[in-house]
Amino acid sequence: MLNETVRKQFPILDQEVNEHSLVYLDSAATSQKPQSVIDALNEYYQRYNSNVHRGVHTLGTRATEGYEGAREKVKSFINANSIKEVIFMRGTTTAINTVAHSYGREKLSEGDEIVLTKMEHHSNIIPWQQVAKVTGATLKYLPLQEDGTISLDDVRELVTSKTKIVAMGHVSNVLGTINPIKEVAKIAHENGAVIVVDGAQSVPHMSVDVQELDVDFYAFSAHKMCGPTGIGVLYGKQHLLENMEPVEFGGEMIDFVNLYDSTWKELPWKFEGGTPIIAGAIGLGAAIDFLNDVGMEAIEEHEQELANYALEQMEQIDGITIFGPRERAGLVTFNLNDVHPHDTATALDSLGIAVRAGHHCAQPLMKELQVTATARASFYLYNSKKDVDQLVEGLRKTKEYFGDVF
Amino acid sequence: MSFNNLDTLYRQVIMDHYKNPRNRGKLEGDHITVELNNPTCGDRIDLQLKINDGVVEDAKFEGEGCSISLSSASMMTQVIIGKKVEDALKISQMFSDMMLGEEVDTNDYNLEELGDIQALQGVSKFPARIKCATLAWKAMEQGVEKDNE
Repeated sequence: MLNETVRKQFPILDQEVNEHSLVYLDSAATSQKPQSVIDALNEYYQRYNSNVHRGVHTLGTRATEGYEGAREKVKSFINANSIKEVIFMRGTTTAINTVAHSYGREKLSEGDEIVLTKMEHHSNIIPWQQVAKVTGATLKYLPLQEDGTISLDDVRELVTSKTKIVAMGHVSNVLGTINPIKEVAKIAHENGAVIVVDGAQSVPHMSVDVQELDVDFYAFSAHKMCGPTGIGVLYGKQHLLENMEPVEFGGEMIDFVNLYDSTWKELPWKFEGGTPIIAGAIGLGAAIDFLNDVGMEAIEEHEQELANYALEQMEQIDGITIFGPRERAGLVTFNLNDVHPHDTATALDSLGIAVRAGHHCAQPLMKELQVTATARASFYLYNSKKDVDQLVEGLRKTKEYFGDVF
Repeated sequence: MSFNNLDTLYRQVIMDHYKNPRNRGKLEGDHITVELNNPTCGDRIDLQLKINDGVVEDAKFEGEGCSISLSSASMMTQVIIGKKVEDALKISQMFSDMMLGEEVDTNDYNLEELGDIQALQGVSKFPARIKCATLAWKAMEQGVEKDNE
């Protein structure tokens, strides 16, 4: 397991909340930031804040180096083939919407099918609903098996020559299920479809190699991987991106502008209209350096151990329901019988323990699980078994408290 | 490790309304229905009102939610049944002020009129839960508006 020196690099974790030491178990919503990322943002604003790609002056050059340097870091981190395939965007949601708009709406028509799973986050459902409405294409949902996974047999059955897009999360933000992206990509390609992957819950926690997975589009957000909010990445295969039109038009993304027509810059800049997210990219670059220093394999191993430990401990609580498969990423979604998850989360918060409660932006999945809401504890590299112990003790106390007041 | 202010939120009377909700169910005959969600957390209320000659004759609700949202719905229906619409709206305004932590002069009201809703005062100390408490009241305000149309 990772040791205490990792945790010590996150200043926010060293504080009391409601007179208890903070136990932060909501990293699937957003992760905390290490000092090095905070410093990188400060240094940019204090020493070389400037617009990129245009200024002749020194600060402009430094800012451009910082921004484009971050792109190089992302390229290596996910093993993209070229920086042309790494587009900075506001986050996973914007990235998926861009693919839906620029690829989905343009290439699909009536009779075509889009295949999704029932465990998707809203941001990987609604963009496709909109594509279906505009183009006349049909949505098809892969069913969930009893344990919260999908079956490749179902994928083989549902994905046909009619399928043009398969959209799927790599890791479910509710169940923690790790989907077999490589195998699904192969089936999609055999049927002439492209695969779009929501990587918001995977890239922060495991090493992801987009070429090895052979995915066509892959989206993720910086703020869930120790970076700042407001920036994320759309990875796309170059030959696909080349044949897609930009979604946003304006400064930064043009080659020549005439009165009645214009041409675009080459990849990746044609998709980055307007002054880009410079500080965000620099912060993301610093986050990648930090994660690489710790090591993605070590992080994955650490979270695996925490998830296993949490499952073992939590299963022993009477009247708890835990959702999702045994083999999972570092999060546990659960409900205490007879206590609404909001009440659980408020009670835990009064003990300084931060968990998420609600539908986790996955209403169709909640319906599938036959609940209206759940509570979720999610782990990251700075969490320890002690945090899990605090959570379990907090849950026992919560049960007692609500048992008493009832 | 101990719960500090939790009792200011979860008063006995709130738990009683949560466990034994008053006026839960469906109204027969002519009535107005309002369905409201709290989209950030999934709470849902389905409120039915029977309004005649400017008086709330009956009210019932169904829905799903946490102890705060359901107990508030239960208390709200109890308070407004038999009241003039304008009085119900006045109390709703007072409740909203109470949730924002503003000083509320309960002397303006007959305490019996306010029923159990004063027990929800503690919610104002838990900002994340204020929307749970106000959901049913918002549904009531929308229902009254519907009646005016």
